[in-house]
Amino acid sequence: MLWYIGRRLLQVIPVFLGATLLLYGLVFLRPGDPVAALGGERGLSPAAELAIREAYHLDQPFLMQYLYFLKGVFTFDMGVTFTGRPVVEVIAQAFPVTFQLALMAIVIETVFGIGFGLWAGVRKGKLFDSTVLLWSLVLISVPTFVIGFVMQAVVGVQLGWLPITAGRDPDFISLLMPAIVLATTSFAYILRLTRTSVVENITADFVRTARAKGLPRDKVMSRHVLRNSLIPVVTFIGIDLGNLMAGSIVTEGIFNINGVGGTLYQAIIRGENVTVVSLATVLVIVYIFANLLVDVFYAVLDPRIRYA
Amino acid sequence: MTPRKRLVGLGAFALASSLVLTACGGGNSGDEATGDGASTGIVTISNGEPQNPLVGSMTNETEGGLVVQQLYSGLVYYDAEGVVHNEIAESIESDDNQTWNITIQDGWEWSDGTPVTAANFVDAWNWAAYGPNGAKGAGFFDPIEGFAETQGVPEFDEEGNVSGMAEEPTAETLSGLEVVSDTEFTVTLGQPESDFPIRLGYSAYFPLPDAYYDDTAAFGEKPVTNGPYVLESWEHESEIKLVPNEAYNGPRKAQNGGLDFIVYTDENTSYADLQGGNLDILENVPTSAMSTFEEDLGDGAISEPSASFAALTVPEWLPEFQGDAGLKRRQALSMAINREQITETIFAGTRIPATDFTSPVINGWTGEIPGNEVTTYNAEEAKKLWDEANEEDPLPDDYVLTISTNTDSDHQAWVEAVCNGYINDLDINCEMTGYPTFDEVLNERDKGPDGKVDGLFRAGWSADYPSLQNYLGPLYSKAALAGSNDGRYESDEFDAALKTAAAATSLDEANELYNKAQEILFKDLPGIPLWYYSTTAGHSENVDNVEFGWDSMPLLYEVTKSE
Repeated sequence: MLWYIGRRLLQVIPVFLGATLLLYGLVFLRPGDPVAALGGERGLSPAAELAIREAYHLDQPFLMQYLYFLKGVFTFDMGVTFTGRPVVEVIAQAFPVTFQLALMAIVIETVFGIGFGLWAGVRKGKLFDSTVLLWSLVLISVPTFVIGFVMQAVVGVQLGWLPITAGRDPDFISLLMPAIVLATTSFAYILRLTRTSVVENITADFVRTARAKGLPRDKVMSRHVLRNSLIPVVTFIGIDLGNLMAGSIVTEGIFNINGVGGTLYQAIIRGENVTVVSLATVLVIVYIFANLLVDVFYAVLDPRIRYA
Repeated sequence: MTPRKRLVGLGAFALASSLVLTACGGGNSGDEATGDGASTGIVTISNGEPQNPLVGSMTNETEGGLVVQQLYSGLVYYDAEGVVHNEIAESIESDDNQTWNITIQDGWEWSDGTPVTAANFVDAWNWAAYGPNGAKGAGFFDPIEGFAETQGVPEFDEEGNVSGMAEEPTAETLSGLEVVSDTEFTVTLGQPESDFPIRLGYSAYFPLPDAYYDDTAAFGEKPVTNGPYVLESWEHESEIKLVPNEAYNGPRKAQNGGLDFIVYTDENTSYADLQGGNLDILENVPTSAMSTFEEDLGDGAISEPSASFAALTVPEWLPEFQGDAGLKRRQALSMAINREQITETIFAGTRIPATDFTSPVINGWTGEIPGNEVTTYNAEEAKKLWDEANEEDPLPDDYVLTISTNTDSDHQAWVEAVCNGYINDLDINCEMTGYPTFDEVLNERDKGPDGKVDGLFRAGWSADYPSLQNYLGPLYSKAALAGSNDGRYESDEFDAALKTAAAATSLDEANELYNKAQEILFKDLPGIPLWYYSTTAGHSENVDNVEFGWDSMPLLYEVTKSE
């Protein structure tokens, strides 16, 4: 197992190099001139423009710029953004809050998704099952920003139950509404995945055998049905952690959370290569680790899966 | 991330009502400044993250500009109507509009205790002008003698970007600046500029303390300042806290307990916070609330004209718009735009049809320039002119008129409306060329005839200081060919008219002459005036005395809030 994990960790190196080169190339190919945009309609004086280009190595060819970036990564000095803030500081500020938000969303969607899914699967075809199926379909089809704005207007502004925006140094309470909004779509998917899996497994041979042995219903459910039904769900959650961290741009915007999504969006608009690629690199690493965790989890859930 | 010149501004209301509003507001502020009814509450304001260090000459976008204005005091400041008053200056005088003697008042102090001296101005201006320092406001020192020597000669690559220096700068300081004493300095300009004192309230002209030059990079994070407020903390992308400057004794004395600028990335969110009472002053009403905000906010709704102006530039390099036939086509295109209808239906009345090339909030604006009949919708006359032009100089059968714009803001709707007007009224083909971001349009435009822009393009402009000159010179003079004269308009007559106005002996005379210069623009139509923007903003019930200035920025020092 340890050998397996070590090998997987070594894979990070080529993935890191490939992903950053690709990302850097994509941002480099973005049309428009970020330095020209800094001047607005009035434009910068040529000398000022040149000074800025040199400071950010934008006068260098693509490969040189990329090598500067790599050098920055290994010396933990990735330079500064157009506003003069160290990129390392931007990363250190953006990730914790996004991570907290993503984690809260994962917990919410997992607990409710699996709970509702299990109940619906067991009572297949009954009223609860069809209601839940219908509502999950609604949640999947309504865009996140609609749910976000509606919840903000009703729960935040009109009822005043939860803070309208998260603001600076958000605590658990002020992140609760954003986390619920962020979790809605994935909650619906987890619910449906769990339900389908449970429906399938409940009629499987090993469940019938367990029942025939006279095992109590609770035990059958938790040890046999649920455990076997969780494999596709765990795969989904693992990928979702990465999605939630990178894809919370909309939710972060609505609730004014100063996290990865918003920072990344602004950096892309401004054409700040180094910031974009640095943030994306951290996301790539998060993805790799989340997938590793999922693979390790498989072995726990299904003893037949073994890694040598 | 809004560079000051990039217009994201949105609607407002009728002109008359706003004039009343600003007039009574002005009276209030005078009383406040002398009274001792200062409140102690901390006012919260929606803002974006400043894109530059908090230094006047480094800041060229509104987010940072608003904060910098509270932190620093310059020679003069603008009241709500854009009228200039002395702040640090004792007097700004000139006999010929070219050599200016500036004396400053005694007793001003920086927040580190050092006195504000004439040298603080001269050094700051020299530093900002010197090319290699890369100050974004360097261009503002262009009128001062010796500016070219501080810039050197740049080299350009084939794409028109600066690739290096052909000649390094030969001087580190402007030869036109001279310190006479601790409280006096002289400024010599390259040519007479009658509106020079008006410009001095812009943030690029703010002074800097000696401490600045110790570490220019670190200073902007924790500046030593001389304005109504001092910086308490700057939490990036999140919040900027200012507290009143106890040592400040000028005319902009803070009437509240401090300012909290809260960074929002979504205007809908700040609007929700305003309604929920978490925010006191909202700088921009979101598009989604444009039709409801006056009802939602009641007394807290603010709507008045702003200093921003929009036009369609007709580039000089297009053959079909040259010569006599070209002029007729320009006039036809202008007359075929139904400005009233577009501002009503697309912008819900929050923009005002333009009748000149400047803005109604600027001192000297009349809106009655001879030749501005072309800004009145007249489909028949337009069609007649267009057909006449076609007889003189026929267009190919497959001719398509294009209008280029960036589509990441709210431009698509009105460009399509203008195009539809051309299709219906002039019976021509018209298409929009969309670019995803603003800098891509800039890029293509700056290439001139070599770029991909082979049609009309959108131009937005808002003034940095309340002067008619600030609209005309930077956009249509030959001197601005390297700057923002993107349509490459060249007219000796217009340049001469600007020069005469710059040499005028009084402001009224200058304004009259600038309006004369506008007549030439209407004769040549290098651009087609579209509309003026408005300030649409709001405030909560917790604050009083909220006034927005000519530049669409709130006058934060006079806002009161009880705890």
